[in-house]
Amino acid sequence: MIRYFALGCLFGIVLLKSEAVSWFRIQEMFRFHSFQMYGVIISAVVVAGLSLALLRRAGVSALTGEAIAIPAKTLGKGYRYWIGGTMFGVGWALTGACPGPLFALTGAGLSVYLVAALAAVAGTWAYGYLRPHLPHY
Amino acid sequence: MLDALSRPWPWYVAGPVIGLFVPALLLLGNRQFGISSNLRHLCAAVVPGRVDFFRYDWKSQGMWNLAFLAGVLAGGFIAAYALGAGDVVITPETKAILTRLGVHDFSGLAPREIFSWSNLLTLRGLVSIVGGGFLVGFGTAYAGGCTSGHAISGLAALDRASLVAVIAFFAGGLLCTYFILPVIL
Repeated sequence: MIRYFALGCLFGIVLLKSEAVSWFRIQEMFRFHSFQMYGVIISAVVVAGLSLALLRRAGVSALTGEAIAIPAKTLGKGYRYWIGGTMFGVGWALTGACPGPLFALTGAGLSVYLVAALAAVAGTWAYGYLRPHLPHY
Repeated sequence: MLDALSRPWPWYVAGPVIGLFVPALLLLGNRQFGISSNLRHLCAAVVPGRVDFFRYDWKSQGMWNLAFLAGVLAGGFIAAYALGAGDVVITPETKAILTRLGVHDFSGLAPREIFSWSNLLTLRGLVSIVGGGFLVGFGTAYAGGCTSGHAISGLAALDRASLVAVIAFFAGGLLCTYFILPVIL
């Protein structure tokens, strides 16, 4: 557990120092005025993708001995991705934060973001409650 | 060194470090990098109710990720108090538009005119903080992932469902930026 906590710490630090937690930067991103956020996301995807290809080729297993496996997602008609994704996008632009930053900002002393984080937990709960009635695939 | 660390990190440093979380978590314990699952684990741990979605063994599936999330909170604290979180220098174009929309305080990471306890109960505070937070939680649970799970892990694995999700994230963000923010700010 302590290893995961330590990795989380590093993630929180990177989120703050890349300014990906900043409402101002997210506005800049959605208005296409700066490359910073796109650079962060694109280079992260490239490094993660190359690492995955290497891990697959090398056929290594996790430290726990488990084989490394990345489950593929079902797309279907994609209702859950289109509708849920758009809802999240609106929330991302409103709060200026995705789930990680909500907690990183709370830790950084912008304590009102704790309210946003609790609202996010409530939102997830509401989804869980309504899930049987929502279109998914 | 400390000086370089305390300045904002450029994208070509921050991005690759973020990307390395995907292989690091897989190597550590075959875990998928994704933050929003924690919102579900928190529901399952605290208020599962009679909702099937929250009735699973969250300890065995999610304890590692909750430890990671606790780390994110601590990391935010360390970065802000040990490395310093100064003002965010945004481009003049963005600043001009935001000024026109009614944002005047550009200090810190987020505008105090919205994100402070004294503005929580104003219309823009409520919509942005409570409404926005609720949509982040509902939307990521519905879409099955957020920026980390879909945009980083999913796109890195060339998953088509994640690509659709990321396109929708941006569609929602643009919709809000151009049609909702001008009304509430």
